[in-house]
Amino acid sequence: MAVVYEKTKLLTDKPLHYCPGCTHGIIHRLVAESIDELGVQEKTIGIAPVGCAVFAYDYFNCDMMEAAHGRAPAVATGCKRVNPDNIVFTYQGDGDLASIGAAEITHAATRGENITVIFVNNAIYGMTGGQMAPTTLPGQVTTTSPYGRDPKLCGYPIRVSEMLATLDGPAYIARVSVHDVKHIMEAKKCIRKAFETQINKKGFSLIEVLSACPTNWGMTPQEALKWLEANMIPQYPLGVKKEVE
Amino acid sequence: MAKLTIDREACKGCGLCAEVCPKHLLALSREINAKGYHPIGIEDQESCIGCAFCARMCPDAVIKVEK
Repeated sequence: MAVVYEKTKLLTDKPLHYCPGCTHGIIHRLVAESIDELGVQEKTIGIAPVGCAVFAYDYFNCDMMEAAHGRAPAVATGCKRVNPDNIVFTYQGDGDLASIGAAEITHAATRGENITVIFVNNAIYGMTGGQMAPTTLPGQVTTTSPYGRDPKLCGYPIRVSEMLATLDGPAYIARVSVHDVKHIMEAKKCIRKAFETQINKKGFSLIEVLSACPTNWGMTPQEALKWLEANMIPQYPLGVKKEVE
Repeated sequence: MAKLTIDREACKGCGLCAEVCPKHLLALSREINAKGYHPIGIEDQESCIGCAFCARMCPDAVIKVEK
């Protein structure tokens, strides 16, 4: 019998600590498979964030580092500039990248640093208990917006991909989702392309992945994926936002 | 016929694989694993077509598919 599908060797055997139905696991797998397929495992360095994915260094079978909250693009810049032949990626959530790390990501992007950023957007702070994030949707209930996010009081959610796509630095920016198998396959293509962009020295690449947080959204995993499709995709349209040939 | 190998101890019983199975072959088991979850199981292995949708959906990569 031929193997149709099995867990990639780029993921360690350590069981993921994520909640049941959390799509972080899917995104980890897509990143790991892309690195594996491109054959760059030995020269890849990943930068883990602060947030639910803080233990990502335990799960990826390549060199990993941990950065202070939001500072992964700054650490990645250092890694890449010292060793330009290494493949450097950061893996960050929306609380990490769009809030405390907004300066780091914006300036890494506008400098056109030749790194790859995997940006996991689940519209909430997961690890700290479901507080409102910069990406929380208008009307969305969180522990710090119990009556729903009021844009008049709290502002509107940030569309990070569109915002960074206005800069001249980035080479490839796309937004993808992982709420069903078709979109998972498309997400994989985009993540792989982001790494290829870096390997071909074209410059900064960022993939925003819409992700579910069943625990803090207060839903079953199935309900969470349906909510993502119905509510997040209209607010955060999928597709390639910038591509430099 | 395709063959599924499920790492039942690593499964967290989220059931996302069961949602995407085109043949509706997957269901949570009655027994619980060491983590306290009902792991996913397949009863009618003969009917599996080996599309690997379940494995691509699984957040914990517990499913291996052979054909």
